[in-house]
Amino acid sequence: MRPLKSTLFAAAAALLLAAPASAATLKWGAPRDIASLDPYSFGETFTLSVLNHVYEGLVRYDANLKIEPALAERWEIVEPTVWRFHLRKGVKFHNGADFTSDDVIASLKRVSHDTSPLKGNLPAYKDSRKVDDYTVDIVLNAPYPLLLNDLTNIFIFDKDWLVTNNAELPTDSAKGVEGYPTHNANGTGPFKVESRRPDAKTVFVENKNWWDKKKHNIDRIELIPIASAPTRVAALLSGEINFTNVAPLQDLARLEQAEGVKVLQTTELRTVFFALNMRDKLFESDIKDRNPFKDKRVREALYYAINIDQMQKRAMRGLSRNTGAIVAPAIPGYSADMEPRLAFDADKAKKLLADAGYPNGFEFSFVCSTDSYTNEEELCQAAVSMWSRAGLKPQLSSGPRTIQNPKRVRGDFDVTTLGWANEPMIDAYSLLVQVLHSKTGTAGVFNWGGWGNATIDDLTDKSASELDQAKRIAMMNQALKIARDDVMFIPLHQQPMAWAARTDVTNIVQLSDNKARHWLTTMK
Amino acid sequence: MLAFILRRIASAAGVMLTVAFLAFLIFRFVGDPVDMMLNEQATQEQRDALRERLGLNDSFLIQYGKFVARAAHGDFGISFRNQQDVSTLIGERFPATLELVLVATALSLIIGIPLGVITAIYRRSVLAETVQFASIVGVSLPSFALGIFLILLFSVKLGWLPAFGRGETVDIGFWSTGLLTSSGRRALILPSITLALFQITLVLRLVRAEMLETLRTDFIKFARARGLPNWIIYFRHGLRNCLMPVITITGMQIGNLIAFALITETVFQWPGMGMLFIQAVTFVDIPVMAAYLVIVSFIFVALNTVVDLLYGFVDPRLRAKGAMGASHAAA
Repeated sequence: MRPLKSTLFAAAAALLLAAPASAATLKWGAPRDIASLDPYSFGETFTLSVLNHVYEGLVRYDANLKIEPALAERWEIVEPTVWRFHLRKGVKFHNGADFTSDDVIASLKRVSHDTSPLKGNLPAYKDSRKVDDYTVDIVLNAPYPLLLNDLTNIFIFDKDWLVTNNAELPTDSAKGVEGYPTHNANGTGPFKVESRRPDAKTVFVENKNWWDKKKHNIDRIELIPIASAPTRVAALLSGEINFTNVAPLQDLARLEQAEGVKVLQTTELRTVFFALNMRDKLFESDIKDRNPFKDKRVREALYYAINIDQMQKRAMRGLSRNTGAIVAPAIPGYSADMEPRLAFDADKAKKLLADAGYPNGFEFSFVCSTDSYTNEEELCQAAVSMWSRAGLKPQLSSGPRTIQNPKRVRGDFDVTTLGWANEPMIDAYSLLVQVLHSKTGTAGVFNWGGWGNATIDDLTDKSASELDQAKRIAMMNQALKIARDDVMFIPLHQQPMAWAARTDVTNIVQLSDNKARHWLTTMK
Repeated sequence: MLAFILRRIASAAGVMLTVAFLAFLIFRFVGDPVDMMLNEQATQEQRDALRERLGLNDSFLIQYGKFVARAAHGDFGISFRNQQDVSTLIGERFPATLELVLVATALSLIIGIPLGVITAIYRRSVLAETVQFASIVGVSLPSFALGIFLILLFSVKLGWLPAFGRGETVDIGFWSTGLLTSSGRRALILPSITLALFQITLVLRLVRAEMLETLRTDFIKFARARGLPNWIIYFRHGLRNCLMPVITITGMQIGNLIAFALITETVFQWPGMGMLFIQAVTFVDIPVMAAYLVIVSFIFVALNTVVDLLYGFVDPRLRAKGAMGASHAAA
């Protein structure tokens, strides 16, 4: 689709009008473009976070990452498996259509269809029923406490718009036919799509009929993908963009010194740790008959050998947050007593290895990628030298994520990096069911190394149907502590994240989920 | 003539089939697109189902066969990442790349040829030595370094030119051009210089070498003996005899520039085919990668053909013999 604006005359007119119209225009330089205008097209957090400016869910996260009403005003659990949502009245889609329960049902059908890439984001969904125009029942296949968390990322379409444009089903890449919502959008959100040129510019303008009280003062957002980091920095310095959601870590010092630019830096929800092969044999080693990692002393040795302060300084430019936990503090399930690490002690590491019967260490394969996590390559190189100093012989294999990830999935590793943000649900259940749980049924997709144990599985399963929030969090906490006490993983840090803006952007809300929420942004 | 063109079309089809075959042979090693398409919450079952539906479990011969069968109908499928028609996706990006490449090529000829002639005529002068030296720098400077340097100087320091993008573009039918707006023309300057620098030095050195050769030949001596003015000797008789390899190289290089503009495109966020390809590789977007490789190979063959045809116009001897497609071993 071509934006209408780009005809000859309109372009000339736009040039004439360009100067006064730029009152409060946020020029957002992003490291890559959104995949599509269709939020149900590609399971990518960044795309969803941008489209959240156009589309909204029934509920959303507030400025403290707590769930608050959005398109639904309130809700109650009528039966353990039936949730009733009372919808907000008077909400209109960008095309003027009223928002009603039919829209919710059509959207839920679309997102949970078998060919939808986002089906996994709504795992408990079974069916939805219309009670009246502004009341919907969502039926689940089992009691499930995290429905609201899931719904924050399920954006609501207008049913008639979907029907008219033959898009009631999600676009299926396997069928090879384009869908209308890929190029067009019609949500209820604070901004409307004005035009889009993939990889060049997507323009959003304010939705003046937004139902919510407006906190921003932005007329127009131009999303401009700039893949090359130095170019993005240059564009920010020259004022061609006034915001970026990824400021390169190596340029932060320079940006901070530059006039008219400010840096917003914190750590994200994603916690990075090393995961170990816990199957019967190592994948690549001089020890063929057994797996030394099954011995807790060996795992402790690997842990003690990590000098986390040095790693932070060298690999992460001092910007990461070291931790002994495998979830971030903002994640329900975390508790402060998980925080202390096994303090770095190279001698103790050597001694533990000797006690376990490996005084001369042993070889193991160490699978890293260059682009799954922040500064992953430097991180892994630091670990290699630390482990080598303790007498171990890690064999580092590094490459792009697309090449390395299949190795991880196949279990072709002895140690690998693993990072988990617990998004979109922002709850430790995400990590527990996808990573720590053994590979049974639909659980344990990321249990690449056969770690975990029956108690963790049991606690995870039970927590999945526990509707009492306090009890549920206690179960998750207990499961995480079992993993911690057993040194199942070697935790490292929460990764740094950095945004940068020019000073004409006066206020930006930056949360640890690393999503920009420009309906809360103000500009000079 | 007709037979020649038909032969060329057949060989183009052969090259494209081979490229696609090799591409599908390699695709098994580029990673798993499903891992990219679904997010962390997807179950194993959903992953397996998608893989099956995309046909990724088929042997590469079957995948290749399916691709060729559909491509024969002009259907390249839709992108795994963008869910857009691959042909539209490439069609949208092609004008951006071609415009950049053509401007860079024009720059290289406009600057390279006169410099080459001058350095050949005054080959012992300080100016010629300086140009020669600068051309070595030009050959060895990596384009991303040059691009960043130009951005820092002209966008950040001086604020004269945009650091990225194409500026405002105008659509004429399916073609989008930046040449008709001032912001579009301004946006072209830095990337086209970046892309052209290597090419300029190439043309310069080629013209210089050929000129030196030509100026030593007998017919130039005769021309001098006839008392022709210098500029006629150099530009009408000398330069004309040097153009054959320049045309060959320039023609071939256009293909190269299209294929390798991707570095320049990435540095300047130029929304061309190179950017598209890089992104496709990052996200294991197999339909886009396959179509891109096939189309680029077609462009190479097409350019070769055009160059061969041009030979006939420049060199009357080839026309007379009708030996179109004569070897361009001179390159």
